[in-house]
Amino acid sequence: MLDAKGLDGRSLVRRRAGLRLWLSALWLGMLCLAALLAPWVAPHDPLSQDLFLGRLPPFWVAGAEPGYWLGTDSLGRDVLSRLLYGARVALLVAVLAGSITCLIGATLGLLAGFLRGWVDMVISRLIDIWMAFPPVLFSILLIAVLGPSLTSIIIAIVVIDWTRFARVVRAEAMVQGTMDYVASARVAGRGRIGTMLREILPNVLPTIVVLLTLEMGIAVIVEAILSFVNLSIATDDPTWGGMISEGRISIHQAWWVLVFPLIALFLTVLAFSQLGEGLKDRFDPVLR
Amino acid sequence: MSFLSIRNLSVRLKNGPPLLRRVSLDVAAGEVRGLVGESGAGKSMIGKAVLGILPPSVQITEGEILLDGTDLLRLSPRESRRRIGASCALIPQDPLTALNPSHRIGPQITNRLVDILGWTRAAADARAIDLLAEVQISDPARVLRSYPHELSGGMRQRILIASAFAAEPKLIVADEPTTALDVTVQKQILRLIAGMQARHGTALLFVTHDLGVVSKVCQKLSVLYSGLVLEDSTVTDFFTAPRHAYSAALLAATPKYTDPDAGLQPVPDAVIGAVRAEVDSFDRKAAHG
Repeated sequence: MLDAKGLDGRSLVRRRAGLRLWLSALWLGMLCLAALLAPWVAPHDPLSQDLFLGRLPPFWVAGAEPGYWLGTDSLGRDVLSRLLYGARVALLVAVLAGSITCLIGATLGLLAGFLRGWVDMVISRLIDIWMAFPPVLFSILLIAVLGPSLTSIIIAIVVIDWTRFARVVRAEAMVQGTMDYVASARVAGRGRIGTMLREILPNVLPTIVVLLTLEMGIAVIVEAILSFVNLSIATDDPTWGGMISEGRISIHQAWWVLVFPLIALFLTVLAFSQLGEGLKDRFDPVLR
Repeated sequence: MSFLSIRNLSVRLKNGPPLLRRVSLDVAAGEVRGLVGESGAGKSMIGKAVLGILPPSVQITEGEILLDGTDLLRLSPRESRRRIGASCALIPQDPLTALNPSHRIGPQITNRLVDILGWTRAAADARAIDLLAEVQISDPARVLRSYPHELSGGMRQRILIASAFAAEPKLIVADEPTTALDVTVQKQILRLIAGMQARHGTALLFVTHDLGVVSKVCQKLSVLYSGLVLEDSTVTDFFTAPRHAYSAALLAATPKYTDPDAGLQPVPDAVIGAVRAEVDSFDRKAAHG
């Protein structure tokens, strides 16, 4: 009886975790499609202005114009189309910045935590020094120097956030390194790098996956913040941060210009973090 | 000639106190030597030094570790690792951390045979099945597909024993292999190790603080205190006529089933004092060269 109950509880947890995973994957999947297919599915050119069609409300509000589902901004640009095109920048930054940050940070963390000795000394000191810089100022400074572009944003995120991965992965690798299975592998004749990749890495991977998805969410927010202070991509291409920044000015006359990109941003960041949690449960053999 | 011969091995914490003080001992092929002593006496440190897995905070200051006649400490790290891998294995203390939680049991036994010793995959798989049967695991095929967390502590220790014998090593270091287990399981595991050792003719360096275990499994033993070998004798001699006062005190401290009312007898302070003095005089002599 007790057993049956315990089993039910476990499968319920698993089903909930599954639902979370699938919902976030669904949202991110739709976002990817939107980003890829934006030129075909967007109802209007995201850049075309028409002052006669300025500040049209979304479709369920009186005064809406058919074809402009989520309304237009003060320059008469279609909000839905701009959202769809904005997803391109958001996802590109999330995926590129997230994975490069992860690759660099996790590699350094793994090396420091497993090899210890002078390697750990150098990397740990580097992390300490790095974290003494205030991150927002650092990124603004970096972009000011590099010039605003997609590449600069990605570089800024990588340069600032690799320590997040390095610190956590180093600590995890250190714990795993003291386990007896590592000693057994060494006795059997595995080299240091072989032991690190085959014995340590699989056990640190669930943590890395969670950090990676969190980082992708953070990258989306950082891009939005930088757009907000006008330091994002230099072109006129729509970004969610840019839309929020423009919508702020006309919040009292046209709330929708601000609210829709905000919702898109919120859901995307949430989806990334939930995806990470869900994937961790799948990756971890003990939780699986 | 002995398969393993340790000569005057001294190990110390980097910039710290000595952990092993000119330890010498021999293990002949097929022989079982027990290493006994209280916690911190350096028993495990000897095993780790032999297997080349001393923690980085520790350094060997003098001595030789002759494995089949070759001093491991004179070889390049790569070469000594190769020799150790080809002829030695470890049965670790804690079965809960000694198997990698991310890998299934099968590959944990076979990957080393395939990757490092160059076996074929099929031969390694067949070997794994045979070994699990030999350590009395009833459904080897299923167990090989399991993850460690799905198995009990006793089961995992059996797997570790099987894994240690997989490549037919000449020497196995067993680092308190029964300490982390239930008393009821301990006895089975002990019998299993003894049986496997006898069948395979493997030399065994058995680290333990349980004299009962020594009397059942070992032929020779070394008694350690603070990294100093106090007594090196055969098990029969040790139990009938211990030579060192500390050995006699250890024997007297072992609880006896025949006299349950006697309670626990600690090693007398006078004996401990004498042993400490012995360690101090060793250090003084070492300091003066």
